[in-house]
Amino acid sequence: MQYALVILLLPLLNFLVTGLMDTRWKARVAGTISTVAIAVITLLSYVTAYEYFTTRFQDGSYQAFIPFELNWLRFTDTLQVQLGLLLDPISVMMLVVVTTVSLMVHLYSLSYMKGERGFERYYAFLSLFTFSMLGLVVATNIFQMYIFWELVGVSSYLLIGFYYTRPAAVAAAKKAFIVTRFADLFFLAGILLLSYYTQTFDFTALTSGDGRMFGTIGSLTFMGGSVLSWAMALIFIGGAGKSALFPLHIWLPDAMEGPTPVSALIHAATMVVAGVYLVARLFPVYAVQTPEVLHGIAYTGLFTALFSAVIACVQTDIKRVLAFSTISQIGFMMVGLGVSGYGAHEGLGYMASLFHLFTHAMFKALLFLGAGSVIHAVHSNSMDDMGQLRKRMPVTHLTFLVACLAIAGIPPFSGFFSKDEILAAAFHFSPPVGWILSGIAGLTAFYMFRLYYNIFWNDKPPTSRHAEHPVHESPALMTLPLIVLALITLVAGFIPFGRFVTSDRGLYTISLDWQVAASSILIALAGIGLATVLYRRNNDKPARLKLKFAGLHEAATHRFYIDEIYLFLTKKVVFNSISRPLAWFDRHIVDGFMNLLATVSNRVSVRIKGIQSGHIQQYAWVFLFATLAIAGILLFVV
Amino acid sequence: MNFLSLFVVVPLLMLAGLFPARTMRQIRAVAVTGASLLMVLACWLVWMYLAERSSGNTSEMLFTAETVWYPSLHINYSVGVDGISVAMILLSAIIVFAGVFASWKMEHLPREFFLWFSLLAIGVFGFFISTNLFTMFMFYEIALIPMYLLIGVWGTGKKEYSAMKLILMLMGGSALLLVGIFGIYYGSGASTLTITELAALTIPIELQRYFFPLTFMGFGVLGALFPFHTWSPDGHASAPTAVSMLHAGVLMKLGGYGAFRVAMYLMPEAAGEMSWIFLILTGISVVYGAFGAIHQTDLKYINAYSSVSHCGLVLFAILMGNETSTTGAILQMVSHGLMTALFFALIGMIYGRTHTRLVTEMGGLMKVMPFLGVSYVIAGMASLGLPGLSGFVAEMTIFVGAFQEPDLLHRVLTFGAIASIVITAVYILRVVGKIIFGPMADRHHEQLTDAVWHERLSVGVLIAAIVAVGSFPYWLSEMINESVAPLITHILR
Amino acid sequence: MGESILTASQAYIPLEAYILVSLIMFFAGVYGFLVRRSVLLMLISVELMLNAADLNFAAINRYLYPEHSEGFFFALFTIAIAACETAVAIAIFINAYRNLQSVKVNSISTLKE
Repeated sequence: MQYALVILLLPLLNFLVTGLMDTRWKARVAGTISTVAIAVITLLSYVTAYEYFTTRFQDGSYQAFIPFELNWLRFTDTLQVQLGLLLDPISVMMLVVVTTVSLMVHLYSLSYMKGERGFERYYAFLSLFTFSMLGLVVATNIFQMYIFWELVGVSSYLLIGFYYTRPAAVAAAKKAFIVTRFADLFFLAGILLLSYYTQTFDFTALTSGDGRMFGTIGSLTFMGGSVLSWAMALIFIGGAGKSALFPLHIWLPDAMEGPTPVSALIHAATMVVAGVYLVARLFPVYAVQTPEVLHGIAYTGLFTALFSAVIACVQTDIKRVLAFSTISQIGFMMVGLGVSGYGAHEGLGYMASLFHLFTHAMFKALLFLGAGSVIHAVHSNSMDDMGQLRKRMPVTHLTFLVACLAIAGIPPFSGFFSKDEILAAAFHFSPPVGWILSGIAGLTAFYMFRLYYNIFWNDKPPTSRHAEHPVHESPALMTLPLIVLALITLVAGFIPFGRFVTSDRGLYTISLDWQVAASSILIALAGIGLATVLYRRNNDKPARLKLKFAGLHEAATHRFYIDEIYLFLTKKVVFNSISRPLAWFDRHIVDGFMNLLATVSNRVSVRIKGIQSGHIQQYAWVFLFATLAIAGILLFVV
Repeated sequence: MNFLSLFVVVPLLMLAGLFPARTMRQIRAVAVTGASLLMVLACWLVWMYLAERSSGNTSEMLFTAETVWYPSLHINYSVGVDGISVAMILLSAIIVFAGVFASWKMEHLPREFFLWFSLLAIGVFGFFISTNLFTMFMFYEIALIPMYLLIGVWGTGKKEYSAMKLILMLMGGSALLLVGIFGIYYGSGASTLTITELAALTIPIELQRYFFPLTFMGFGVLGALFPFHTWSPDGHASAPTAVSMLHAGVLMKLGGYGAFRVAMYLMPEAAGEMSWIFLILTGISVVYGAFGAIHQTDLKYINAYSSVSHCGLVLFAILMGNETSTTGAILQMVSHGLMTALFFALIGMIYGRTHTRLVTEMGGLMKVMPFLGVSYVIAGMASLGLPGLSGFVAEMTIFVGAFQEPDLLHRVLTFGAIASIVITAVYILRVVGKIIFGPMADRHHEQLTDAVWHERLSVGVLIAAIVAVGSFPYWLSEMINESVAPLITHILR
Repeated sequence: MGESILTASQAYIPLEAYILVSLIMFFAGVYGFLVRRSVLLMLISVELMLNAADLNFAAINRYLYPEHSEGFFFALFTIAIAACETAVAIAIFINAYRNLQSVKVNSISTLKE
């Protein structure tokens, strides 16, 4: 399957060509070439997936296969960085997900970004991102993953800051990059720590199940925990940054400053799941060697899911709602991984988590693209400017509804199946976790339908802006991806995912736990029902609730003030208390010392200058004394 | 005459050729010819070196030659290169080339400017090809002295002060260095000054304890070792563009190169004993420079503090004393040299247009100067260590290498050094976000023009080199590693 | 006849007396050279020092080495050279006076006016 290399090279090539040609080509040319390139690699991914899943099953599990690898950099005799392609169930699955969503976004953007300044640049960056993300998922070793991890971060920076003349966009891009960079610091530390003891970066070696390499690292302890746990925890922190888990989630809502298709691609479907993918990739190590870290991951995911679900309930910017929703769903995925064991039925959480990754990518992208469609029509992001759009934008409306039902967990949409499996795994691990997660699922249904009703139903009085622009359905290039994604959402639930992706690469048949299913459907319906009561028609119930829970509402609207804490830390602590005194110290003390030396030399020189006065008699005195002194020494001492 | 001596002869001819040059055209012609010739020579040297190595020649220094100069003190003009020197010569050639094009429009006394510039080149190349301690020192001084005039006459701002401070502090360093060299010479029995021969002799440990710190600090002053780095911010800020490029790009690397080749290689026992002191100092440099850069508002000062941080990393890695970290140090010398030259070139071009270096007075330049804007973003990305650009390769090699030392002090310092990647990201993105992106800060800037051909050439060459090293690092790191390995084996024995 | 004259003079004036006189003259000259502000007086002091040295030469030659006469020759030389040097010095001082309008030695303290 050497052709798999083309899947990576084509977007890279497209980036270079489109980037260098920039405005020398007509916008349409750049857009078309980029879209065609992505279409080609999407097809190639499907072919790869087909070939892989049909030919690589041996000895009860899917065999990992490396069609391409080259030596890139050598650190020591044992630690080398290779760049290569690793094909195994999860990487092939991710290839399919990334290319599919990317293709939908490329198509959609042809219409959405039409006429925008920097159209060519946009497509160049999209290709760069696609290349980086694909490189990340097929990484054969952890260092290669880190390399593409950083590249993905930069692509995200460039795309969030696409409208670079807007200060908000520039600031958001910077925030995203720095927060993820901060997390990457820990990621790097974890990589260094792990690789020092295991003397390898290679995933195949690390996850081979050979416990010997963890011998030294497993037995050392540092401040109470084994060094291996520390290393894996540090690596997880890196993943947490990219996946916007609490408290490193702050960049994602701000990242909505970027164009909406970008949010669909990067901040819903692909980049933000990089952390989940990382944990999944190293899962054998987590599950077998450091289960306590895995449990920590579960609780982090759980808290994040709850935290962001609450915030999502009160946001009025539709993209922010979706952003917090994404954070929450990633929390779900992390919980899925965290509660999982290894192998067959124990590994249910793993399979469920990745299944949810797959389905979520599709319907979240659909939600974002649909939101983009609405924003494009109404020229506003805020819920307050929308309402009654279901008649004017039927396709958008229906596809959006499909996605909402999926995310709420209503059968037969895909979201139901994947979320259900996660809930089942959670219950298996610990019933309280299961119930909390179910509660969050109910909240999810609630806020998603709050969003849905506010956009498409609520007959609130039209704002002046709304009345000016006649609202109409989006053009075909925008609605086509919506329809495709909706179709996928309809059928994806029926994919026997356990036949493809499991924790030990073996086969596993999914069975539906009817208890969990029933309770989750009921909770979801309850959430939808509440939302219907409050938001389907314009009434004062939401306002009264807001008054009743004023404190909580206020805190949630301000995202529980986490951003303020970070601002305080960076401005007051880093800039003012560290940087400024340091700069002062350098200027006045260290440099001042050098200046002091110079001044002292000057003063001494001025004083000594008097010796060379030019007065002969002074010289004669010196002569006299010197002669007497020497004579004295010669006569009396020597 | 040895092929290597051409690296000194060509700039010398450039110098001579400038005397009869009268018009700007002639001056530029001479300068370009010289610089291009040096580039060609450097590429040829790399080619020849790699060919020689792959044909099985494993001697430590290649293409050696020796001419006796002053026999009673064993001062000879001896030359030779190994992988490390070749990398540095390549770096110097690229930067001299880029520097010439960046100074295309030098209006004030151009002939004299390029004259001193050639002298600088002589010193730099001579230093890297020398294998005799005395001639090394001589070329070091030759490289140092033109700095005073170049900054003092062609500089901006408080140039006389900066020039004086720079030259006095660096001369102070050379004084320490000279004492160290004498110590090495007499301590080893006063029989030779050639580095390879000196390595085979032993210097008594009591003497080493005095002379190692002196020599290390002597080179360290040039390599921006805390607390002797303060010449750097003012010096770079006041210097003209090409001088900053050459100084930060190449001259500061002389410090790192010398610290490794002379201080650590010839006095390994003392190095092992006393490295922890300097490790702490360099660790402070790395973090200190980065934090200092956050506060600055003048572009050149930001870059100067950034250089303090990155050059500190070089010395940090050298002191770690293992193969990987030293290879990383050399890679960082190459990478940072290219990056900082790129930065200073761009800052000079921006300053030439906006007539301000203050971050607060600029904004949204990407709209009017896309080439310079994109180049600045690339430079920034290289500085914060983006994979695909040279900074990543160098820094990662250093971090992996530094991490190989298992004791607590080394680990703590390593973590501190790694943390600098976050701080670097902060100040780089702040600057980029403010001056390149964002809304236009000054209405007058809307009239500005983008880079012209010679500026594009200068910037393009540097970016190409950065991308080449960053994307295809294998040949370079292997070349350096091959030469580092025997040196480290000697140091660690 | 030489013998009797010698004995007669030797009986009355010891060598130390000559040395003492020349010592006093010399240090008077030194004092004068260091303290006087007028260049002419400094010149006179220099003369005094020179003459003191001559006296020393003559006395020692006469008393300790009566067979030799190098001391006398040296003294005569010195007197002649002193005369020349004085002439040159006065020429310089007159020139200096013409430029500086002063005979104070302090005014001749810079190389270039």
